[in-house]
Amino acid sequence: MPTKNMVSLTIEGIQVTVPDGTLIVNAAKQIGIDIPVFCYHPKMEPVGMCRQCLVEVGRPVMDRATGQAVLEADGSPKIQFGSKLETACSTPVTEGMVVIGTSAKALAGRKDILEFLLTSHPLDCPICDKGGECPLQNLTMRYGPGQSRFVYDEKMHLAKKLPLGELIYLDRERCIQCGRCVRFQDIIADDPVIGFTNRGRSMQIFTCSEPGFDSYFSGNTTDICPVGALTTADFRFEARPWEMCTTASICAQCPVGCNLTINLRREARANGELVIKRIMPRQNESVNEIWICDKGRFAYHYTQSKERLTQPLVRRDGELVSIGWDEVLSYVAENFVHADKNLFTLASGRLSNEDLFNLSELTAGLGGKSALYTHMAGGDLVAQIGVGQGTNLADLGKGSVILVVASDLEEEAPIWWLRVKQAAERGATLIVVNPRYTKLERYANHVVRYAYGSEATTILAMINSMSAKQNFPKAPKFQQGGQAVKTAAEAISAAENLIIFYGSEGIGLEASQALAQACANLLVVTNHVHKVNNALIAVWPRANEQGAWEIGYRPLPNLKEAFQQYEAVYIAGADPVGDDPSLVEVIRNAGFVVVQDLFLTETARLADVVLPAQPFTEREGTFTTGERRVQRFYPGVVHPEYKPDYAIIAAISKLAGVNTEATPLRIFNQLATKVSAFKGLSYRLLAQVSEQWPIIGRSDLYYGGTSYANAQGLGVHLSLPTQIPSLAWPQITEVNLPESMLLAVPVTVLYDRGNTVTPDELLHGRIPSPYIELNPKDAQRLGFDAGSRLQFTMGDILAKAILQISEQVPSGVALVPRSLGIPINSPTIIELTVV
Amino acid sequence: MNALLEKYPDEIKVILAKYPTDRAGKRSAVMPLMYLAQREDGHVTKDAFEQIAEICEITVTEVASIIGFYSLYYDEPSGKYHVQVCTDLPCALRGAEQFLENLCENLGIKVGETTPDGKVKVEAVMCLAGCDKAPMFQVQSPEGLEYHENQTVESALELINKLRQG
Amino acid sequence: MAEHILLRHRAIPGLDQFDTYRQNEGFVALRKAITSMDPDDVTNEVKASGLRGRGGAGFPTGMKWSFIDGHNWPHYVVANADESEPGTFKDREIMEGNPYQFLEGVAICAYAVKANDAYIYLRGEFWPIALKLDECITEMEAAGFLGEKVFGSNISIHLHTHLGAGAYICGEESALLESIEGKLGQPRLRPPFPPAVGVYSKPTIVNNVETLTNVPFIINRGAAWYKSMGTEKSPGPKIFSLSGCINRPGNYELPLGTTFRELIMDHGRGIPGGHKIKAIMAAGASSSLIVANDEALNTPMDYESVPQLGAQLGSASIIVVDDSVNIPWLINKTVHFFKHESCGKCTPCREGTYWMMHLTERISHGEATMRDVELLHDVASQMKGKCLCALGEFSIEAVLSGIERFPADFESVTAKSNA
Repeated sequence: MPTKNMVSLTIEGIQVTVPDGTLIVNAAKQIGIDIPVFCYHPKMEPVGMCRQCLVEVGRPVMDRATGQAVLEADGSPKIQFGSKLETACSTPVTEGMVVIGTSAKALAGRKDILEFLLTSHPLDCPICDKGGECPLQNLTMRYGPGQSRFVYDEKMHLAKKLPLGELIYLDRERCIQCGRCVRFQDIIADDPVIGFTNRGRSMQIFTCSEPGFDSYFSGNTTDICPVGALTTADFRFEARPWEMCTTASICAQCPVGCNLTINLRREARANGELVIKRIMPRQNESVNEIWICDKGRFAYHYTQSKERLTQPLVRRDGELVSIGWDEVLSYVAENFVHADKNLFTLASGRLSNEDLFNLSELTAGLGGKSALYTHMAGGDLVAQIGVGQGTNLADLGKGSVILVVASDLEEEAPIWWLRVKQAAERGATLIVVNPRYTKLERYANHVVRYAYGSEATTILAMINSMSAKQNFPKAPKFQQGGQAVKTAAEAISAAENLIIFYGSEGIGLEASQALAQACANLLVVTNHVHKVNNALIAVWPRANEQGAWEIGYRPLPNLKEAFQQYEAVYIAGADPVGDDPSLVEVIRNAGFVVVQDLFLTETARLADVVLPAQPFTEREGTFTTGERRVQRFYPGVVHPEYKPDYAIIAAISKLAGVNTEATPLRIFNQLATKVSAFKGLSYRLLAQVSEQWPIIGRSDLYYGGTSYANAQGLGVHLSLPTQIPSLAWPQITEVNLPESMLLAVPVTVLYDRGNTVTPDELLHGRIPSPYIELNPKDAQRLGFDAGSRLQFTMGDILAKAILQISEQVPSGVALVPRSLGIPINSPTIIELTVV
Repeated sequence: MNALLEKYPDEIKVILAKYPTDRAGKRSAVMPLMYLAQREDGHVTKDAFEQIAEICEITVTEVASIIGFYSLYYDEPSGKYHVQVCTDLPCALRGAEQFLENLCENLGIKVGETTPDGKVKVEAVMCLAGCDKAPMFQVQSPEGLEYHENQTVESALELINKLRQG
Repeated sequence: MAEHILLRHRAIPGLDQFDTYRQNEGFVALRKAITSMDPDDVTNEVKASGLRGRGGAGFPTGMKWSFIDGHNWPHYVVANADESEPGTFKDREIMEGNPYQFLEGVAICAYAVKANDAYIYLRGEFWPIALKLDECITEMEAAGFLGEKVFGSNISIHLHTHLGAGAYICGEESALLESIEGKLGQPRLRPPFPPAVGVYSKPTIVNNVETLTNVPFIINRGAAWYKSMGTEKSPGPKIFSLSGCINRPGNYELPLGTTFRELIMDHGRGIPGGHKIKAIMAAGASSSLIVANDEALNTPMDYESVPQLGAQLGSASIIVVDDSVNIPWLINKTVHFFKHESCGKCTPCREGTYWMMHLTERISHGEATMRDVELLHDVASQMKGKCLCALGEFSIEAVLSGIERFPADFESVTAKSNA
């Protein structure tokens, strides 16, 4: 990349050299000078509307005839200052420019604008959530007038507690019409569901979407709002910023691994304990920039739910009763040892690297078998050709191809959707391969449709399309998709970089394996492996699933068999019965069942022993993101009466005669020696930070908003092995759909009825009732109206759902969202009847 | 099932043909479509918001913000005929304010109100580019706009009565 | 009175009919441009004529056309027919009486800047005029003067009308472009300017109706002929819209450089009712108040001379104010206008016009003191030089000049309240 021209200028008397095209406000930031702004945000193009950043700008006078700079008597360049102040946010620097923000004229300008803003802005500070972290407050104290010359009775009086939907509240009196929220929704989130209505002084924010402010990114507007106009219902009147302490964490909801800062306050009503008041983003430009989705921001109340398990339980005379830790741990260890190589452990990607490593050590130590609870496969391939050091979605642009197959990315991993969208906007070629329309297609250069069941064959067909021109090893013929496939293949052939995301849209474990293999083949044959900005990425359903694969966990296609076969079963962080009620009898009749979880799940109800675990907010550990970045999270709320998963496992191990470490640092060090991908990593390395741009979260809150700076660690990528996976041509079982039958396919929705979401009353309005979605033609053919109550059998279970109709559902298909209460694993033929 | 498209297919075709066919161009049609939707009830209904949003490929919020910004669009019903009298500076210098006051007195309503039969709303508006023919007003109805210039209270009342009857 | 170039319908009845226009030098310039001139030649001719924008800014038209970015396509032309400045009604008369000459000017401009599409943005209240223009365009297309293959060449030029909906700010060129794009009519940050980044982010020339109506005659009769009218720096004819306290309000097409006295006392037949002239607002509501003394009345109306009176010629919308008019009442009117029309995007205008309105309301109703008048002056000064566009900047002109040049009016109105 050619280096830009550099420009030197003087700001407040200090020289600074920056790339050509840098805006004055950003050049100033680099030398620690904070020019006040409201409407400008470093993540968006300037609009110059609030006028707060007015500064005096002088430029060297050039002699028109000679083209030379005119000099003063002392030899310094003659500087001509403009008659008007200029906006620092929209003016690019030029050579020899002189910027002054603290002259009498410029300071008067700052004061004038603040006075204007304060004419109708209410004196709400005592009751406003923003107080204490409010840019307007700070700037008024520094530059504003002490008294108002505006007559109180002439102030605008507007709605003060207007819900824009149930998650975000708007106070119209406080709004200073900076437009940041509207522009964020329009340009960054591409959900223009809030806007300005009316004009002039009456201009106000409003929303017309159903539900109001219908966007997965709405919470971010409360970070960048420079006043207390936009506040979250979650945090409204909850605490003052100076009362709260912070802890760095990682979101545990999805494989993106957004960096978080948890705000906590010690409260009397919690017996003097720390209570989580809100979740905020923490800056990591390689992962989530300064954004988090609403699920990550709001769905944390499960950690503070009264329904959480507080004590170990043991089954006596058919009932679960409380038992002490020491007693229960001995009991469990005894039974495990007694099972003698007949121990089956089932863990999910909810657990941390430390938890998973200890569990696998325990299982191996006792000669048992461990498995990963998931509906997606391919993590072993990702471990070989996934993201490695140096790859950053933010660096993708022209020349890069991003292929997203079988994923509704906005539902499955919202911040990845945002990053991929931005890559496409920077010029990356986006190919979306999906059976139905998803929001990512708005930015796609190429769209390939396939019938559910043909995801792997479609990818293989792309390889075939390319192998005509290039020398690929012979592959069985896969002809699918026609021209769209060919066009996509051509785009891939021309790509400098290729990143493939594969999800779980409409597929279960078996099909997922085939798809992952097909994607891996595509990367291998085109030689897009083991290079920066080339990778295979799986859109896992849970946060640490990639970590589980790297440590050696593999899914088991037939769980029922395993439960019946093994004498002792240890389930951690998974609820198989809740997801599939047909497993009730199997679990009930299984040998010795231990369930370790936060809540008394359906599976736990049937167990012999139930062990209470700790959520990520209360303990330390690491997660591995889907981009194979290991990141640390730190404890926020401390509950010594609970034990984290790794500690429970360590205690059992000790009693069972297996050697494991009991503290996270030591466990991680063990992990780093035993698992080659983790080689060289350490907690210290993971805690390292480097300067990030833009500079967010310092004392000038107005510049970037209230996201936190990252002082606790940016994380590090796992290393990749030297060998690349060999090509394998998966066996594809065709899905044959008999006429007039429907194929129910599983899809993912962001807000579901999982255990981490339902305890959040605030989100209840966004969680759908169990529903099934049909194409209007199918609905008509079957004689159903939208809203009808339908039922159908899924395996042995009778499922009930409300009918929704959408043009975007392919014909012959019924979309069934996961985790809403309908047990669906993979595409299943169903028959619908009215309840 | 877009009611606007069904009712005015040809007009909408002509409107869309004026602008580029990409998404940016389709959005331009929002203003003429608003006038079209306003033909029905003198204001733009919530359903019409959605229909316009669909044709222009923008959100309902984006459509609604256009209505709020411009003075000639209405999202609430308010009288079939809007008699909008200019009382801006040049007209005021030629007696427009007294004209409006007298007119309203004769109709028995205040400025900004609607006659009891719901047919005529009288408003004061900003400059209509008829400054040399003051006092003057325009009548806005679902069908369009008409100027009436060089008016007296008598001539204005005559016109308004015709509107109320017809 | 010399020959009308712009308001030709006053001499030629029925000029708004296609055949009549055709018979009266109609479309000759367009044919000449397309069939015998290069686009750059057309631009150069307009440049040489010295024609300046008639919408108020007075920017040299040919120079603007030459700024169009030749690396970014397609190009567009937008005719600004959003005439909403109080006291302005010239574009209306052109479009009602001499529509074809205006359209011909638009088409020539499109040819010169190599645009295939031109939008005519009319204020929403000009609804019937838009319908009339649509008919004219259809006639021109039928005759092969617009549309595909104009005059049998391989040039295509399409004209489209687009109606605004009651927002004065949409007369500001960048807000106008936003409005055409279906967004809120709020001005953009400039730079970049429309010839570089215009409608749909493409290079666009935005010109006023009157400006474009000059173009056919410049092409037909040449730049030198055009320069023989008006003054050296402000050549050509100008339509002066005369309104307010005057016997004969109306549009007057006169050479630039005509004095205020000639327009007001001769053509306008002076002040009615035995009143004396007190102030002149030369640029509609966006004016400084000119004290109507002899010096002012003898000043030529052109872009260079009027500033010597501490005012701008602007769109030449001359509002005459007589001694029966109370200046606090007057600025209350203008401030109400700007407050109503402020788009709300930038802080000083949004808050400032609202604040000024409250002050002018109280002052003009005798409910204020001189301190309020000083505050009003402060608030207006505080807005100066800080607004995003000209609306905010011009909204203070009448206020500042009113207070500074007519202090007696303010003293008398505040004398009633306690100081």
